[in-house]
Amino acid sequence: MSTNTQAASGTSNAVSTFKRIMLQGRYETLAMIRNGEQLVIAVVLPLMALFGLVFTDLLKNVAARPIDAAVPGVLALCVVSTAFTGQGIATGFDRRYGVMRYLSTTPVGRTGLIYGKVMAVLVVLSMQTIVIGGVGFIMGWQPALGGIAWAILILILGAAAFTALGLLIAGTVRPEATLAITNLAWVLLAGVGGILFPSTSVPAFIQPIINVLPSAALGDSLRAALISGTASGTGILILLAWTLIAGFAATRWFKWN
Amino acid sequence: MSPSLVIEGLLKDFGPVPALDGRMVRVLNGISLTANPGSVTTLLGSNGAGKSTTLACAQGLLRPDGGKISLLGEDPYGASPALRSRVGVMLQDGGLPPSLRPIPLLRHVTSLYQRPADINALIERLGINEFSNTSIRRLSGGQKQRVALAAALAGNPEVIFLDEPSAGLDPQSRQVVFDLITELRDAGLCIVLTTHLMEDAQRLSDYVYIIDDGINVAQGTVAELTARATHESTAQAVTFSADPALELPELAGHLLLLEHAPGQYRLEGVREANDLASLTAWWARESILPQSLSMQPRSLEDVFLEIADKGNDVN
Repeated sequence: MSTNTQAASGTSNAVSTFKRIMLQGRYETLAMIRNGEQLVIAVVLPLMALFGLVFTDLLKNVAARPIDAAVPGVLALCVVSTAFTGQGIATGFDRRYGVMRYLSTTPVGRTGLIYGKVMAVLVVLSMQTIVIGGVGFIMGWQPALGGIAWAILILILGAAAFTALGLLIAGTVRPEATLAITNLAWVLLAGVGGILFPSTSVPAFIQPIINVLPSAALGDSLRAALISGTASGTGILILLAWTLIAGFAATRWFKWN
Repeated sequence: MSPSLVIEGLLKDFGPVPALDGRMVRVLNGISLTANPGSVTTLLGSNGAGKSTTLACAQGLLRPDGGKISLLGEDPYGASPALRSRVGVMLQDGGLPPSLRPIPLLRHVTSLYQRPADINALIERLGINEFSNTSIRRLSGGQKQRVALAAALAGNPEVIFLDEPSAGLDPQSRQVVFDLITELRDAGLCIVLTTHLMEDAQRLSDYVYIIDDGINVAQGTVAELTARATHESTAQAVTFSADPALELPELAGHLLLLEHAPGQYRLEGVREANDLASLTAWWARESILPQSLSMQPRSLEDVFLEIADKGNDVN
């Protein structure tokens, strides 16, 4: 039959590495945004958080106006929801159903799978940033222009750190546990982990712990960059450290099946 | 013609197992096999014999604890995308993303290859159009199998690994799948499959490795394996039906005559013409003309059971 007419044995039949990663990235992106519940987590909840923060006085004295303090925190929330919770849960269930196993036998391979997921996270995060930023502008958001480049760097670093953490959890425990852990972490980090509210707003005795969390590094650095245009070297270093440690641990302990 | 797959002395341990005081369990204990292009090589064994673990090592999904594997001349563990692009894999559990529909998945897989198979022809051939609007999660076991087979063939591979390819298939799809496997074999592919079903092994295989307890205990073509058994201790059985009131005769010690249902007789242990003569002599004495008579050729199942029995005796 026609399926095997062009067998050219001995030579690679795979498309280039770049193309593989792009194709897998597109596939993972579509997988991420196809689900209705993903859309709720990716867009509806961050928008609710934005409105909640602007129309209450929860963020008094953080910035000149509540909207300026709210947008950076909501962007940080998007990072955690997309890179960590959404991607972690999807990976956990992919592992359960043997999808990782199957795809790692195709030209995608393990490298392609990981980069595909990272790409999907970055694409979805860009879309969230556009939506949140756009709604923010309509609501009068005025970011410090000098901090925008820093903010982009911090968003990317945050995405890297939380993707690595999400993969570490998804690759080592059952998918149900991944679901529970990443959702719980999302709520806790959003509330008291320095995501939506500055880490200085939590009780003093837990601040030393909160301050070294990637969530506080992400949230506080984004606020510093977008409210006052300053770069937080410490925050960037903490995010880098988390990326390296979690990345190493995920490489070491990730179970493909 | 060099073999596509050579496995030598493959060892694999699982564990540590808490129930065994944290000891490791050896699941592969020296498997050796060779698979050639243009041939269906079957790993036959009961559940837990080590067939799928052997395939997982050959596919590069598991790192062996000992022994050597050469797949198209490369070590499959951590293999290059170039090697993976020449090998198609159908896993036992499918490994298909449940939320996708079959055709978008197949299109994605196809896009990863420079010289893919004609995926539309495969979709048509395997009847995937019939359920193309259903997400994989909602497909029946047999439908999933067909999608997994199409995915394994999407890259026009030189070697395909099929783990229990007929599991869950209805007789009609089974025929389609078996015909396809035979055609691919004729087109020169190296096909390595596992099954615990003797009938499938007998129907499809050019060469069979019987796997028991992590090692290959017998190998050969189906004809060789069944012939071997006839020459050894296992013998044929004669079944016939006659008057249930018959008194059973004295027969040679290695023969066993059973009335397994009223009027239904079975003589086991027939090895040579004389054994049959003693049966027909008894019929002549008693004026029995059986209403029906059949002699079963040795099947792979008999060979398998014999080998498995021997193994159990040793244990």
